[in-house]
Amino acid sequence: MIGLFNNLEATTAIIVFGIGFTTLMLNRNMIKKIIGFDMMDCGMYLFLASKGYIEGRLAPIVVNGVTDMDAYINPIPAGLVLTGIVVSVSVSAVMLSLTIRLYRKYHTLDIDEIMMRAREEGDDE
Amino acid sequence: MDFVQNLPFFGIVAALFFGVLCSVVHRRAAEILTYLLLGFEVVASILVLLFVIRTGTSFTYMMGHFPAPWGNEIRAGIFECFTAFFFSATMLLALVGGRKHIYHEVESTKVNLYYTMACLLLSSILALIYTNDLFTAYVFVEINTLSAAGLIMTKRSGKAIAAATKYMVMSLLGSALFLMGICTTYDITGHLLMSNIKEAMAALHASGQYAVPISVIIGLMSIGLAIKSALYPFHTWLPDAHGSASVSTSAILSALVSEVYMFLLIKIFYRVIGWDVVQDNKIMNVLYLFGIIAMLMGSIHALRESDIKQMIAYSSIAQFGYIFMGIGLGTAFGMQAAAFHLFAHASGKALVFIAQAGLADANGGDRRIVALKGTAHKNPIAGITFTVGAFSMVGIPFFAGFISKYNFATAALYSPNKIVITLVTLAISTVLNAIYFLRVVLRIYSPIEDKKPVIRSGFAFGLAVTVMAIGNIALGVFGSNVMEYIISGLKMFG
Repeated sequence: MIGLFNNLEATTAIIVFGIGFTTLMLNRNMIKKIIGFDMMDCGMYLFLASKGYIEGRLAPIVVNGVTDMDAYINPIPAGLVLTGIVVSVSVSAVMLSLTIRLYRKYHTLDIDEIMMRAREEGDDE
Repeated sequence: MDFVQNLPFFGIVAALFFGVLCSVVHRRAAEILTYLLLGFEVVASILVLLFVIRTGTSFTYMMGHFPAPWGNEIRAGIFECFTAFFFSATMLLALVGGRKHIYHEVESTKVNLYYTMACLLLSSILALIYTNDLFTAYVFVEINTLSAAGLIMTKRSGKAIAAATKYMVMSLLGSALFLMGICTTYDITGHLLMSNIKEAMAALHASGQYAVPISVIIGLMSIGLAIKSALYPFHTWLPDAHGSASVSTSAILSALVSEVYMFLLIKIFYRVIGWDVVQDNKIMNVLYLFGIIAMLMGSIHALRESDIKQMIAYSSIAQFGYIFMGIGLGTAFGMQAAAFHLFAHASGKALVFIAQAGLADANGGDRRIVALKGTAHKNPIAGITFTVGAFSMVGIPFFAGFISKYNFATAALYSPNKIVITLVTLAISTVLNAIYFLRVVLRIYSPIEDKKPVIRSGFAFGLAVTVMAIGNIALGVFGSNVMEYIISGLKMFG
């Protein structure tokens, strides 16, 4: 139990990840699903960033000519978070555009209802 | 350094570049560019394969002038090169065979975008096969998801878009779990390159530190990739996606997209976590159990389907179960059998999907199994090749499926606790396969009065299915030779 409080960032990150994951999986509303996806990824980035942070050190940008490795935090997780943000932005964009297409056709955001009506209408336009 | 060693990297970059190029050119040009690209990939992977066999060791290719612990790397061994060759050849044949359908089903101004997606998919498949860096693998997993969703939604129907949405949601859940696994791996090892992680993992395992996080990592990565490759309880997106996709897309989805994730899982087990660590872990039993359930449930669902394409889709789920069962056996033999089944299934399933389209065409596009009566007489080449594919799926000798079933049965003998369940399930699953596939074969060959209208599906279709059928039989006849290469390839992994 104490471990959870000692790793507060990681605990928070996993809780946020879990909320996002369940929303993406179980919520029927497409927009809420996408919000869930973004929350899930944010939880993951928080987890990564907190793992790269070292207490009392600076952001890894060389200022005043200090090149000593011990002065800065680990820059790699930040790089990974950046890459991850790029991926999740593009995935959100694709998901939103799919949602727009579905809403124009079925006038609802409920994925279960959309799937049901899509199955009924078959393969035609 | 030999020139040949550049080819895997060139292949990935060329696929990305051709994908961009295809989006701005005319559809015919896009088609030709894609074929050229795939032809290049086939030749390049054969050259690299020959090089690796000659030197007898795998090689790593440094990118960006940063040496090992920091930079990004590509790695090529026998197994990788053979997979790259086999997957690019299958993709080429699937696109050639379904060419007519692509033109019919996709809007004429957007055909070039279909080929864009195909090129991007190819680049991600090659990158997943060759990469030696875990985070690069994640990025290309996402590219793979997006381009596969693009291929699914090419038809303008609402059903296709809904299926693509469902696919995206399931895939995103899978890749999130996979990414969580990568983050935790980085957290406890401090590396992203597979070789370095493996060293760190071995040290952690030896000292007994972080036993729980290592289990969590194996679990997250296995379940994440299992969701993405449609293992049984997570398969719900697959039948919908196949139901509305074009035939080439179906062949590519079943034969390549799902399988490349299983390839990645095998690669992660060998190259990231380390085989010794994985073997000691109980997660393997979970994978085994899911595989066994998938083998049965996929076949039972397939038995109940009246639409031939959906039936083949459910049969894919059963076949993925075989692969996960092989991985879950937790022995080197099980892994080899699973690796061989990747190829046996890819060649058989792509063939069945493409040939099925020829049969349905002979009947005016009606995909119900009842309506396929006698279509093999109208379209002989589709009939013969469909039968070859069906025989391979059932596991009749001289076809690729037989060798893999034989391998699974032999592998089962080496895991004493799982031997009975594995053999019984294999037998039941084979019987079910035989029932639903031979039912179709009998129906398409049942006699009809009006044999006259011989449908010509075109030269491209005939060529593609013939080559695939020959490839499948070759894999069946020379199975033991291919197996030798797979075994030495997996040794290079370790």
